[in-house]
Amino acid sequence: MKLAHGLFFCALLLAGCSRDSSSRSRPVAKAYGAQIIEVSGSKQTVDTGNKFPQALVVQVNGAGGNGVEGALVSFHGEGLAFDPAEVLTDSSGQASTSVQPGFSPGDYQVIAETPKKSGGNASLTLREIALGYQATLGKEVNDKHCIRCHDPESTPERVSNFDNLSPAPHPFSDGATYNRISDADLVNIITHGGQAVGKSPLSPAFGGTLTPAEVKAVVAWIRAIADPPYQTSGVKYAK
Amino acid sequence: MNDNNRNTPLRSRPSSGELLTFGAVSAVLLVSLAIAPAKNYFSDWRHYQKAYLKLATDRQAGTLARNFHVGLRQTWIPKLGVVDRCESCHVNQSGVLVGASEQPFRKHPPIPHTADQFGCVLCHRGQGAASSLSESHYTTEAWEQPLLPARYLSSSCGQCHLGTLAGAPRLNEGRHLLSSMGCVHCHLVTQPDGNVMKADDNPPPLTHIAEKTTREWIFAWIKNPQAYAASATMPNFQLNDQNAGDIAAFLMAQSTQSAAVRNVSLPGSSTPPSAADATAAATLYGSSFCSSCHAVQNAAGNLVGGDFGPELTRIGSKVNPEWLNRWLKDPAQYQPTTRMSHYRFDEKQIALLSGFLMNKKDDDLLANVHLPPADAESIARGKKLVTESGCAACHQINGIATPQNFAPDLSRVGSRALSQIVFLPEMKHDLPDYITAKIRDPRSFGAALKMPKPNLTDGQVTSLTTALLAQTDRASGLPHELLLPAESKPSYHPGGKAGKLMDDLRCLSCHSISGSGGDMAPDLTHEGSAVQRGWLEDFMKNPNTLRPALIRRMPKFNLTPDEIKTLSDYMLVAYQAPGLDSEMLHPSDLGPDAAARGKQLFYSKYGCQACHIVDYKADKGYIGPALASAGNRLTPEWMFRWLKNPNALRAGTLMPNLNLQDEDARDLTAFLTTLKAKQNGATK
Repeated sequence: MKLAHGLFFCALLLAGCSRDSSSRSRPVAKAYGAQIIEVSGSKQTVDTGNKFPQALVVQVNGAGGNGVEGALVSFHGEGLAFDPAEVLTDSSGQASTSVQPGFSPGDYQVIAETPKKSGGNASLTLREIALGYQATLGKEVNDKHCIRCHDPESTPERVSNFDNLSPAPHPFSDGATYNRISDADLVNIITHGGQAVGKSPLSPAFGGTLTPAEVKAVVAWIRAIADPPYQTSGVKYAK
Repeated sequence: MNDNNRNTPLRSRPSSGELLTFGAVSAVLLVSLAIAPAKNYFSDWRHYQKAYLKLATDRQAGTLARNFHVGLRQTWIPKLGVVDRCESCHVNQSGVLVGASEQPFRKHPPIPHTADQFGCVLCHRGQGAASSLSESHYTTEAWEQPLLPARYLSSSCGQCHLGTLAGAPRLNEGRHLLSSMGCVHCHLVTQPDGNVMKADDNPPPLTHIAEKTTREWIFAWIKNPQAYAASATMPNFQLNDQNAGDIAAFLMAQSTQSAAVRNVSLPGSSTPPSAADATAAATLYGSSFCSSCHAVQNAAGNLVGGDFGPELTRIGSKVNPEWLNRWLKDPAQYQPTTRMSHYRFDEKQIALLSGFLMNKKDDDLLANVHLPPADAESIARGKKLVTESGCAACHQINGIATPQNFAPDLSRVGSRALSQIVFLPEMKHDLPDYITAKIRDPRSFGAALKMPKPNLTDGQVTSLTTALLAQTDRASGLPHELLLPAESKPSYHPGGKAGKLMDDLRCLSCHSISGSGGDMAPDLTHEGSAVQRGWLEDFMKNPNTLRPALIRRMPKFNLTPDEIKTLSDYMLVAYQAPGLDSEMLHPSDLGPDAAARGKQLFYSKYGCQACHIVDYKADKGYIGPALASAGNRLTPEWMFRWLKNPNALRAGTLMPNLNLQDEDARDLTAFLTTLKAKQNGATK
């Protein structure tokens, strides 16, 4: 069996190699940087399997802290597909790629690396979030019932009520706060309102409006976007 | 002879050659007998089950390991035709072995169904009965359908859930696009319950087009609709200049005179607009809330405004000013099917708005369009092209019948056999990729194909593909009791004199009544129970802001006192909530003591000020309607019932059901009836 298994993986490996070699040639670094930083595009959410809506943009800086043109940036991460996976930085030192998660919902880690002149790599680890059914449903409930108070961002279409409330609500991504509250307590707060658990009465009870499944879904959404990540969610990879 | 026979033994000793043959055949037989057990022994599932046992033992899950029986597992659901052996490898679906994060041992994420109910392949597709990794996951010669990529997974939900489904945004968006992009004008999409999907994009009839615009504009538009309006849903037919010119010539030629020319008089000659007029016009455009439905591109290139009506960024390059004047005066005269309200603008207002809109133009749009005069030949060619291109599937055109079944039926497209599909070179041979490529650029499959190129983002293409992949053979064969049909919209139509007026104002374009109508504005099904006559009449005379944060607002229609009375009378009688009467509350329930208790409850116990404003100086709640003059606006019975269960009176309202006790609801009602501020609500 081991042999068969080994052969299978060899075949896979060969298939993988041949595909790589047949596709476009790898870019070659024209310059080297000292450091790699994020510009935008991490901590995005998407229903799993779909490309994250915004491109992931990183910047390679030289020793002086200025962007370096022509540095090679490679992206990788288990369970993720990148288009492109390797790219040279543009004139402002930036490189962008689009990221697509695999089958599984959960957290994905993106590693962006660039070779340094002195040898070795400068690398950067970023996080992206793929939503499963429950978190997607939670997001829908959130977008209808919760977001107006729990999201400080205001748009003309959706004016935020966040700044009008005292005590101010916690944004749902506030992991430092929510990670300390158990699932059962979160369900209680949503179901019975803030006052029932000694929190602000400005947060109404949703037990008469949402179904228990919807309340659980909101908890799943809060867990999915928690920053820092919710401990027990762990890092999940797709194979 | 007989003697000879007697001396020789009956069977001679086998020769060494015979022995060798016999041995070889026996060996082959033995080996061949061993193939089946060996295949079983070296099967993928046995390998994974052993790995799982090892994992369980490593993690000290001894009981789990002891109770684990090695063997092929199968879910069999005869009713659904499901035979799934996926759990032979995916042994930890229920997650009993905690923390196994690698496939095939990962716990299945929470979903509302269990594998016992529906199996695996109903959602994931692939070959459930196969017991090897490659046969079950990928395409084989005998099995075309591989596992469905995760991004299309909600299409499987759509096999039973035929309407909008919470938690499946891709499927919902895709189905919405099938209607709103007008795909189903040409393609028949029948759902498993027999429901035929209907378009809701309301394409304009072209029967009087010559009044509205010019041949040059039609030419530019059909060449590239998105060059005129970035948000246009009209697809690009990729026409050459000759064909576009011929079609434009025919459309102008077939145009007849509309009722608007006969019935709507034009305003007298107006003086050229002054600078003050320009400001007044912009104010009128704003106060008429044109932007609730129509978008205009701003300097940064972003669309600002609604998408209910056409984008107006370059309207001045399109329409004829006389047509615009008549349209603003009474749109239904030109287009009886329009969703636009009949504003009662006076001549001065029409002149202002018309001047304002005619200024929104883009001189580059038609700068290079020079068409030769249309001759009979060109018109005839245009007619042929219009017929062949299926223009009449969407638009009403004189002399051309609406084609039936113009494009392929997509009712079972999610199960289309790959052998029937012509793939492009270097294209992956699977159905989702084919559908995606076809939607993205239909003509890449052949320049002679008729399907135009729709104006869609990548995400929208994924959503449309998802909706189409839901149309499977399997779905059509499912037991009927499993199907959850789309909510059918009852066709309510208000009757009588008031009904005619509401029709003229197109109230149902924005408001919904008894399940019919739009969702831009509040549902009016029970409005007669909710509001007081004085407030209703004042509001219709001069609609003011109830929800401070809302940018879509009720426009001022300039109704006459008679019209307002007709509408109020009708609404107060016809739109009553059942079981709501004045007996529910006794005047003594609503005394000053109750009001004082109610105020306490409002601010302290229930925190209503989080969403509502009672005192404009102190409260900041921006979510719900302002309540500063609720006592002038709402009836006490309505307030009481609403507080008890808002969703029962208006399904889908944002107001949560707070499960109030009767006495709390009464006290809050008492408080709300005392709120009679003048700056908002009734202006008596």
